[in-house]
Amino acid sequence: MTAFLIENIAPLMFGALVIVLLLGYPVAFALGAVGLAFGFIGIEAGLLRPELLQALPERIFGVMANDTLLAVPFFTFMGLILERSGMAEDLLETIGQVFGPIRGGLAYAVVFVGALLAATTGVVAASVIAMGLISLPIMLRYGYDRRLATGVIAASGTLAQIIPPSLVLIIMADQLGKSVGDMYAGAFIPGFVLALLYASYVIGVTIFKPHWAPALPPEARTLREANGASGNRSLLVLTVLVAAVAVAFWMVYYDRYHPDVATDERIVITMLVGVGLAFLAAVVNKVFKLGLLSRIAERVTFVLIPPLALIFLVLGTIFLGVATPTEGGAMGATGALIMAVARRRLSLSLLKQAMNTTAKLSTFVVFILIGARVFSLTFYAVNGHVWVEHLLTSLPGGQLGFLIAVNLLIFFLAFFLDFFELAFIIIPLVGPVAEKLGVDLIWFGVLLAVNMQTSFMHPPFGFALFYLRSVAAAKSYVDRITRRTIAPVTTGQIYWGSVPFVVIQVIMVALIIAFPDIVSGGLAKKEKIDTRNLHIEIPGAAKGGIGSQQDDLTKALERAMRGEPEPEKSQEDDDTAKALERAMEQNKGDAPASTDKK
Amino acid sequence: MNALLALSRAIDAMSERIGRVIFWLVLVAVLISCANAVVRKAFNYSSNSFLEIQWYLFSAIFLFCAGYTLKHNEHVRIDIITGRLSARARAMIDIFGTIFFLLPVTLLVMWLSWPLFVDAYERNEVSTNAGGLIIWPARLMVPIGFFLLSMQGISELIKRIAFLMGMIPDPGEKAHEKTMEEQLADEIVRSRGDQAIAEETVDIAKGRGEPT
Repeated sequence: MTAFLIENIAPLMFGALVIVLLLGYPVAFALGAVGLAFGFIGIEAGLLRPELLQALPERIFGVMANDTLLAVPFFTFMGLILERSGMAEDLLETIGQVFGPIRGGLAYAVVFVGALLAATTGVVAASVIAMGLISLPIMLRYGYDRRLATGVIAASGTLAQIIPPSLVLIIMADQLGKSVGDMYAGAFIPGFVLALLYASYVIGVTIFKPHWAPALPPEARTLREANGASGNRSLLVLTVLVAAVAVAFWMVYYDRYHPDVATDERIVITMLVGVGLAFLAAVVNKVFKLGLLSRIAERVTFVLIPPLALIFLVLGTIFLGVATPTEGGAMGATGALIMAVARRRLSLSLLKQAMNTTAKLSTFVVFILIGARVFSLTFYAVNGHVWVEHLLTSLPGGQLGFLIAVNLLIFFLAFFLDFFELAFIIIPLVGPVAEKLGVDLIWFGVLLAVNMQTSFMHPPFGFALFYLRSVAAAKSYVDRITRRTIAPVTTGQIYWGSVPFVVIQVIMVALIIAFPDIVSGGLAKKEKIDTRNLHIEIPGAAKGGIGSQQDDLTKALERAMRGEPEPEKSQEDDDTAKALERAMEQNKGDAPASTDKK
Repeated sequence: MNALLALSRAIDAMSERIGRVIFWLVLVAVLISCANAVVRKAFNYSSNSFLEIQWYLFSAIFLFCAGYTLKHNEHVRIDIITGRLSARARAMIDIFGTIFFLLPVTLLVMWLSWPLFVDAYERNEVSTNAGGLIIWPARLMVPIGFFLLSMQGISELIKRIAFLMGMIPDPGEKAHEKTMEEQLADEIVRSRGDQAIAEETVDIAKGRGEPT
C-alpha cells in the first residue's frame, strides 16, 4: 500500500484535486487542503522532509510582494467605474446609426464597439449587458436572425478577454513569468484579427442569408441634418481626411525623419495625431457654428474621443514604455473616475460598490493563487511536474502534438472551469513543459488566452451567455416603434447563436499555430523591448522588499551548494521552494536564517 | 446553539465592518499609484516607499477582506455538480469543507507565519530597497488575515449547522443586494426610458450561480 502510494503519489494527488474541486467547496481552500494533506502523507511516508511546510509563509509573502497582480484591482476598478459612465451606451447608439443602413450594419456596430470597449474596460459582463439592452432590441425590431444577433453580442463581449488591457493576460503573464507589457503587445494583433473574423462571418451571412441581417430602413436614423440628409458624406470626408493626414504623418515624420522608431510607438503617436485632428475639427465646427460637419460626423467624433483617450492613457503609455502595466491600470482608473465625475455619473454609492466588488474579486483571485501555490509546493516536492512533463512530452508529434493536446485539454476544461481556475491550475503545469520544448512563452500565453476566451461562450455555463440571457427578453413584448409583438429570445437561440463564434475561436487558435507571426512578429520589435526593460527596472527594484530578496538569497545558496555559476531563469517559484528545502536540509531548522538581512 | 448563533452574528458583524473599511484602500492604492507614476515622469522623482506602500495596501485588501469575501460567499466554487444538489446537501458539503479544508489551511498558515513576524519585529527588519519600509507590519498582516478568515469560517460552520437543525434559513443563499451588473442594467433601462426595454424582464439575479 505504502509502496503503491509512494510510486504514484503525483497522479494520486492530481486525481484527489479533481475530486475535491468537484465537491464545490471554494477552489482556493480545496487546492490548499489537497496540498497540505499530501504534504503530510508524503512526510509520513518518508518521501518528503518535515521542513517542507516551513516554506508556506514564504509563498504567501511572494504573492503579496507581486507587483504584477497589483494591476488586477486597478483594471477591475477602472472597468467597474467606466461601465457606469454611459460611454458604452453612447457608442452603441451612435455607431449603430452610422452602420445601421447597410446590410448587417448593426452586427458590425456591435463588433466594432465590442472591440473598442475591450480595449478600454475589459469587463465582459458590462459589454454584454449594454449590447443586450441597447442593440439587441433594435436588431429584433428590424428582423435580425436571433441566433446571429445573440451570438455576435456574446462573442463581441468576450473580446474584452483577449484585447489588452485584460485580466486574463495579466494573470497569464504572471503565471508564465513574462512581462505584462510584452503579453499585451503580443495579444494586440490576434485580438483585432479575431474582431475581423467576427465581422467576416457577418459579411458571409449577409451574402448567403441576407434576410438574417437586413439593412435598417432610413427612418430608423434619428441623427440627421435639418434638411433630412443623412450627413454620411460629411462623415466620409472627415474619415478620409483624418486617414490621409495620419498616413502622411507616418510617411513624412517617421519614414523620412525618424526611421528608427519602433512600430508600436509609431502606431500610438500616429493615431494620436489623427484623432486629435478630428477632435479639433469637431470642436472648431461646434464653437464657431461653421456647419461644415454634419451632425452625425460631429457626434461620432465626440463619442469616440473618451474611449480613445482612455486607450491612449492606458495602452498608449504602456506601449510607449512611459508606464508599467500596473501604473497604466492606476492611471486608467483615475481617468475613469474623472470621466465619471465630468459626466455626473459618479455617486458615493457607485464608488463604494465599485471598491467593494474590486476588493472581493481581488481577494478571491489572490486566494486561488495562494491555494495553487500551496498545492504546487507539495506537487513539485513529489516530482509531480516531472510526471506531467513526462506525460506531455511523450505525446506523438513533438511540439505540435503538445500544443494540440494542451489546447484540446483547455478547450474541454473551459466548459466547466473559468479562466482563473484554468490559469492558476493548468498554466503552471504546462508552462515549463512548453518552455522545455522551445515554445515562446508570450506566444503560448496569447494562444491559450484565445482558447480560454471560449470559456465565456461555451453553452451552458459561459458567462457571456449567462449575462445575455439575463437581459434579453424572456417574454413577448410589443415593440415601441413598430407596435408589433416581438417573440421572446429563447435560451436555445442564445446557445446556438454562440456556436459559430466558438468555431471561429477554434479557427483563430489554428491560425495562431499555423502562423506564429500573428503574435510575436506583430508589434514586438527589438529596439522597443530594450526601452521597455529600462522602464520596468524602476518598479522591479521595489519588488525586492520581502519576496525577491529572499528568492535571491536562497537561490544563491542553492547555486553555491550545487556549485553552479549562473542563475536559472525559468521556474523561479519552484526553484525557490526547492532552494528552501535544500537550504533546510543543510541547516536543519535554521530556515529563517536565510531571510536575515544585515 | 443560541449562544453559538450569537457568536456567529458577532463574527459576521466584525467581518462586515472590516470589509467595508478596508475596501477604501482600493481607492487609496489607485490614487497613490497614479500619483507616483505621474510624479516619477514629470519631476523625475521616485521613492521606493511609495512603491512598497502599494503592495502593502494590496496585501491588506486581500488578506483583511478574505473573511468578508467568505461571508459574502464570493470565493469561487466549481459547482457544476453540487449546484444541482439540495440546500441541505450543500450545507453538509460546506460543513465538511470548512472542517477539513478551510480551517486546517488557515490554522497552519497562522501557526507558521507568526514566528516570521516575531522575528522581523524583534530585529526591526527593514526592506533592502533604499528608503524602503519596515517589514514587520507586512508580516503581521498574514496571521491576522488568516485569523479573520478562520473566524468567518467558524461563523459559516455555525450557520450551516443551525440551518440543518432548522433554526435559520439557508445561509448559502446570497444575501441579495443588487450586484454591479444588475445596477448597470437598471441604469441603462432607466436612462433610456425605452418602453421596449422596460417591458423586458431584467433579472440578472435569477439563476445567478457562481461564475463558471
